[in-house]
Amino acid sequence: MAVLRVKFTKSQRDKLAQVLWLLNWVSVVTGIILFSLGLFLKVEINKRRELMAERAIHSVPNMLIAVGLIACIINFVGGKICYDCADTNKFLRWKLVMLPYIICTFFFTLCVLVGALMCYSMHGELEESLALGLSDAMRYYKDTDTPGRCFLKRTIDLLQIQFQCCGNKGHRDWFQIQWISNRYLDMSKQEVLDRLRSNVEGKYLMDGVPFSCCNVNSPRHCIQYQLTNNSAHFNYDYKTEDLNLWKSGCHQALVEYYTNIMHSIGLTVLLIWLFELSVLTGVRYLQTALENVLRQGDPESESDGWLLENSFVETARSNFNIIKNLGKCNQVDTTVNGDPNIDKPCTAHYGPDNVPPKQTPVAS
Amino acid sequence: MVWAKVKFPFEKRVKLAQGLWLLSWLATLGGAITFCLGCFLKTELRRRAEVMDNTEIYIVPNTLIIAGMAAMGINYFATRICQDALDATRFPRWKTFLKPYFCCSIFFTTLMLIGVILSYAMKGTLEGSLKVGLKNGIRFYKDTDTPGRCFQKQTIDRLQMEFQCCGNNDYKDWFEVQWISNRYLDFSTKEVKDRIKSNVDGRYLVDGVPFSCCNPSSPRPCIQYKITNNSAHYNYEHQTEELNIFIHGCREALLNYYMGLMNSFGAVVLSVFVLQCTVLASLRYLQTSLEALVGQENTEVETEGYLLEKSISETIMEYLDPVLKLMLLNQVEDGQVKAEAGAAGTSGTAGATTPAT
Repeated sequence: MAVLRVKFTKSQRDKLAQVLWLLNWVSVVTGIILFSLGLFLKVEINKRRELMAERAIHSVPNMLIAVGLIACIINFVGGKICYDCADTNKFLRWKLVMLPYIICTFFFTLCVLVGALMCYSMHGELEESLALGLSDAMRYYKDTDTPGRCFLKRTIDLLQIQFQCCGNKGHRDWFQIQWISNRYLDMSKQEVLDRLRSNVEGKYLMDGVPFSCCNVNSPRHCIQYQLTNNSAHFNYDYKTEDLNLWKSGCHQALVEYYTNIMHSIGLTVLLIWLFELSVLTGVRYLQTALENVLRQGDPESESDGWLLENSFVETARSNFNIIKNLGKCNQVDTTVNGDPNIDKPCTAHYGPDNVPPKQTPVAS
Repeated sequence: MVWAKVKFPFEKRVKLAQGLWLLSWLATLGGAITFCLGCFLKTELRRRAEVMDNTEIYIVPNTLIIAGMAAMGINYFATRICQDALDATRFPRWKTFLKPYFCCSIFFTTLMLIGVILSYAMKGTLEGSLKVGLKNGIRFYKDTDTPGRCFQKQTIDRLQMEFQCCGNNDYKDWFEVQWISNRYLDFSTKEVKDRIKSNVDGRYLVDGVPFSCCNPSSPRPCIQYKITNNSAHYNYEHQTEELNIFIHGCREALLNYYMGLMNSFGAVVLSVFVLQCTVLASLRYLQTSLEALVGQENTEVETEGYLLEKSISETIMEYLDPVLKLMLLNQVEDGQVKAEAGAAGTSGTAGATTPAT
């Protein structure tokens, strides 16, 4: 009782082989697409690696790159196999390889699915990673003289300009860190000393933001310093002024950006997975149809193709038994009931008169 | 007395036709590339049209677009012609078409060359246009409430950040212009009143620049205001500070960008031009060598191909004569009429009046 049995005439088998050959080549192209999508994502993540805390997010592009490469190889081999399957003689070459190939490809398509699901599930990791990375980067904004951190200022400035964002969650984040280096603070001035003494850690805090937070669309020239002090600027109200600086935080902007990329990549990978699965189904039908033709003996006749020879349950049970017995290959079966050779009468045939040979006498 | 003649045995003719077919398709591709380059250049110029004063520079991309389209058409016909070339029954139908075809092709190929020359020669026009455009942009920076000028601030800010430049010639242009609108100036404070009184036009001038001039690569937070005042900032020296704001002017930055684009495009279009000339010359050789076969029974003999039937000067005179005759149509010279009347009389025709030519 086969699963999804379909009858194939000779011409249908040939057509199936040709179509599968073409589809396998298309799958090679989709494998290359997968590879390039993984590469693109890796480059995008690397561009902002200074703003991301941990590296777990790198597993997604690595997975896609590996899967893309393997897809190319597998589908290239599949194309070769299907090309040869049009001719029953050439099929004999591949007969023993085909079933392992199909099983391998099946597990491989599972990997593609896992890759697609990873793209959707990395949201939480991404958020955490960016939150930590951005707050660290903002803290080191002023350390342009410390090796390893000297380009963080430039990175943050360009980020805020490009993504039109300010600070981690909003522009107030800049009020809580010292973003002007001590090298540029005149320690002899009273104002500076007052500010340093006004908090526990001795940081120079101010209600000002870097220039990169300035909104280009503002009708007035940018107000960066003394933001909360309405009287310091003419015709200015801190609470109602919303065009002066960028409103959104860089955390939200970056999460949105990367989520969009990963969702589109995930969708593409899902479509590729469906395509690979359909190609695999076609190859399975082709394999079973050709094997049945060989069993019947007549290469021109009709044959059946199926996905599984028996029902799901029976196939699962027989496979499970095989796996169980694999584990028993070194064990000696001591029970008499199991061993077929103990206590069986000898059934050897000793020639026409059926007389067992004499034992040769031993010289004493 | 033909010009540039070459002997063509049968195999060479066949090879010429086949090679020409391939070259024509390459030249069609070249024409398509020229067209695309022209479109791209036009789009790039349009993007910054707000800081340009006039549209004279558009002649370069327009020429490239027209020449590219014409090149595609010319080379497509060239492929058709050489497909029919070796078939003696199909080639004659192209006969009347070829002369105007060559005239058009030479015209459009010269247009391509003119496009390349213009792309190098229009530097001065572009510079002038940018100078005036940027000057206006900086002057109207503060007028975000005036219709028609409200986006100048945005344009200039984005431009300065993208091209990493400040001002027209350099950042000092901002010192001479009031770029802070009166709406945001408190006229009751003494400082504002002093500044306004300090110059003839009553403008509020500061030694400061907009935030878009700030250089992100600077190690210190951006110093926008009181740039020339060393004592206003700690550990700051105006003359030696290079990284604080962008030093280059936007005119120079934009000019370099566009000249870079036009130079590289010019090189590509020049190679397409050379390819096009080769195609036209080969087609002319093919045409003349096949025309010599007309009337001959054996189509495999050796023939001569040439570029021009007469020498260069004679060909030029041949084409210029109808033009000159047209121009001299209304001028009648007495001496000429008398000489022709006399000649008519001696030839023996009585009463014949020669029309004035």
